Amino acid sequence: MSATAAEPWVGKPLKRKEDPRLIMGRARYIDDINVTGQLWASFVRSPEAHARIVSIDTAEAAAQPGVHAVYVGNDLDLEAPLPMAWVPPGVEVKNPPHWALAKDEVHHVGDPVALVIGSDRYAVVDAAQLVSVEYEPLPVVVDLEKAYEGGDLVHADLGTNQCHEWSLGGGDLEAGFNAAEVVVERRIVNHRTAGAAIEPRGVLADYRAGSLTLTSSTQVPHFLRLFLALQLGISEDRVRAIAPEVGGGFGSKLQIYGEEIALAWASRKLERPVKWVESRTEGMLATHHGRDQIAYAKIGATRDGKITAYHTKILQDLGAYLMLLTPTIPSLGAFVMSGVYDIPAVQTDIVGVFTNKMPTDAIRGAGRPEATHQIEMMIDQLADELGMDRLELRRKNFMTPESFPHETALGVVYDSGDYPKALDTLLEMADLDAIKAQAPAGKLRGVGYSTYTEICGLAPSRVTGPSGFGLQTGLWESAMVRVHITGAVTVYTGTSPHGQGLETTMAQIVAQRLGVDPQNVEVIHGDTGTGPQGLGTYGSRSTAVGGESVARATAKIVEKARQIVAHQLEASPEDIELIDGKFAVKGSPDKGMTIGEISGAAYIPENLPEGMEPGLEELAFYDPENFVFPFGAHGCVVEVDPDTGNVDVIKYAAVDDCGPAINPKIIDGQVHGGIVHAIGQALFERIHYDEDGQLVTGNFADYALPSAADVPSFDLDRTETPSPVNSLGVKGIGEAGTIAASPCITNAVIDALRPLGVTFINMPLGPQRVWEAIEEAKR
Amino acid sequence: MAGSVRVTMTVNGAQQSAEVEPRLLLVHFLRETLGLTGTHVGCDTSNCGACTVHLNGEAIKSCTLLAAQADGAEITTIEGMGQEGALHPLQEAFWEHHGLQCGYCTPGMIMASADLLERNPKPNEEEVREALAGNLCRCTGYHNIVKAVLAASEAS
Ligand code: FES
Ligand code: FES
Repeated sequence: MSATAAEPWVGKPLKRKEDPRLIMGRARYIDDINVTGQLWASFVRSPEAHARIVSIDTAEAAAQPGVHAVYVGNDLDLEAPLPMAWVPPGVEVKNPPHWALAKDEVHHVGDPVALVIGSDRYAVVDAAQLVSVEYEPLPVVVDLEKAYEGGDLVHADLGTNQCHEWSLGGGDLEAGFNAAEVVVERRIVNHRTAGAAIEPRGVLADYRAGSLTLTSSTQVPHFLRLFLALQLGISEDRVRAIAPEVGGGFGSKLQIYGEEIALAWASRKLERPVKWVESRTEGMLATHHGRDQIAYAKIGATRDGKITAYHTKILQDLGAYLMLLTPTIPSLGAFVMSGVYDIPAVQTDIVGVFTNKMPTDAIRGAGRPEATHQIEMMIDQLADELGMDRLELRRKNFMTPESFPHETALGVVYDSGDYPKALDTLLEMADLDAIKAQAPAGKLRGVGYSTYTEICGLAPSRVTGPSGFGLQTGLWESAMVRVHITGAVTVYTGTSPHGQGLETTMAQIVAQRLGVDPQNVEVIHGDTGTGPQGLGTYGSRSTAVGGESVARATAKIVEKARQIVAHQLEASPEDIELIDGKFAVKGSPDKGMTIGEISGAAYIPENLPEGMEPGLEELAFYDPENFVFPFGAHGCVVEVDPDTGNVDVIKYAAVDDCGPAINPKIIDGQVHGGIVHAIGQALFERIHYDEDGQLVTGNFADYALPSAADVPSFDLDRTETPSPVNSLGVKGIGEAGTIAASPCITNAVIDALRPLGVTFINMPLGPQRVWEAIEEAKR
Repeated sequence: MAGSVRVTMTVNGAQQSAEVEPRLLLVHFLRETLGLTGTHVGCDTSNCGACTVHLNGEAIKSCTLLAAQADGAEITTIEGMGQEGALHPLQEAFWEHHGLQCGYCTPGMIMASADLLERNPKPNEEEVREALAGNLCRCTGYHNIVKAVLAASEAS
């Protein structure tokens, strides 16, 4: 019998604990929070993509009734420009200063140049329009490949648009390509998209009596506190950062934004609380974007389909500045560039390039969707070239289940996997070829596949830290578990969920181990003023790293509980186990204590073991030994109307493996959302700047997020291959769907169009592009 | 302030009256004047549907209407749909079927779905998807939202 044989809460599709407040409209997002004496802020933003600021006249705005102050860049006496957290050893990363308000030059449309503060939310927006800025336009750099080659410069003083070069390789590439009988090369574009959380960003800064409380729609309150302290020169103990209810992030709120810093500064200056909430149009301009790279990929193989080498050169469009992780993103993909395949030689060469656009940074998947998109497209392209079935080609090159833990040519050790099983499960679930065969007259159907892995659960700090990959932080996570005298439990996590359901998942982990109902386990997060430190929610880390730290803190509680019970029952602690909700002596389950009885004994310490501290509360910090590598197989059928170029996804099936499920309902939900995020990129969404650097798709009317009418329901299944990395065996799942789905869709569209002679096409596959590809193939 | 107008409306069954700026949007009247913050704002082009409420029994996007235009109307917001222990069947269904993640789109989704079920008590999947096309969700991929609405329709 297992030591935790109580109600098996782990594995149950429980309804979420966080939902009642959300479905009743009782949650408190940033825009719902106001404090007495609060002022409102509005930012004046550059309409120019690149210009010198000749002068700023704030007099008229400042004279408006209710306006308290107008600030420009040089007014803000901050300690440092906005942070960038990556210093890879031995690699020069050019980092032009990026201030909360631009000082002398603006570098993209939406770059903030002034801050208007006043008593009325609407009046400050009106007043901002009265700030008169004279710009001297400078040459605008928009096209990534042209920017890379040189010519006009985004930052003249750097003398180049190239920010950095970074490579990761392993194996003998030359030998690999020499051994290849077939080589396929493609230029793969992964275009710019927006995170587009439905909740806009917002900030409420409240500096009073020497201490700052900053509430922000953020994924990373702990990082935010640190950088607020550093930027404003306030001791960290006097800064409290709070993430209230957060309405989605998808990486776009994994950032230290200038608005957060500027509002904190202004609140201190004015000694008043100051609030700002972005409009959607403002958010599209000034909330970081994602993706935006061009890869020149090359794959080599023998005639019989053994892949011998893979090389890719990636140009990454960084936008105008480096934000928190801007240049890091493509490198995250490089670690899994060979995907699920055993390729003896692999190399990724990345060049970061500045352009006059909003910076790019992490968006759901962050570098790994791009990597998966290219390897999975290249596999299909290679299969076509070889005249081989694309699933056969995949199977031929899969890392075998026996080979795990599998060290790839890059030296990355994949923790566990069974790729053939995931693919087999997918093929059993859905007969995609049969659906393809039923195409209505005049329509074309195609089938696409994607067999993927990814790297997540960020991260082992010794690998990702300053002397390794170069992130200037650790990436551990923490948890504190407090059993109250009544037996109710409060868990404090350093992660900062914003839709992922961690209040429920973590409660299940704890409930299972303590023999309590998850309803009596409250999970607190997102406030640096409560509980231990943490690092936030991103990179599919919150269960694999945060959940494991919760499990470890709970294990310490269990250890203490057993000692208390053993002492009270005059047994040995090793003989105490959890049986039907009671910690009891093995073999005599009727003699036992519930966790509530144990905590009663701990808090009224009349009879504790000699020397034991009272109370029942434990803290655990956890830094994983390795990343985790979720994987799976996705397949879909699309239907193309060759007359209009319109693409419909008519079937989508997916098998994902994130280890043993804690809450299957929540996992499925993450996969659904992830898939649609990627379908959005593949078919609809595009951040598009025109040649003058003006944002053309700058609101939800022009930026086409997929709606319910644009996507189908999904057929999902799971395999469960435990990870040896953590005691839960779990891997991340928040990004998996997004990582897998864009090549699946793109490969399906190519499959549909092949009879018309189209053999390759780049996203986004809107009607016009598809129609043009068809027309071009006719010529 | 360029003058003000008095608006009176019934919100979740209670009569409300206030002097407001003529340009005040209904969504801001609900959120800021009445403190009913369950109705959200997600865009400025009336595309997202986070602000959906019922006006005289029909779903509307409250960001597209001035408070003054709703003078005399009956408004229902998410706060008027159900309470703890007495949830609306759609609230129950969204909870049961995991039809929400971050919850930001959820009040609007529930109000739009209630309008659909009012007009068409037994919709099929395609009808649900069409009816919700004006409500954007970035988290759920819509799968479980659709499932929840169909389940609520079954239950009633
Ligand atoms: S706020 Fe987006 S439609 Fe009303
Ligand atoms: S649940 Fe987050 S936007 Fe719908």
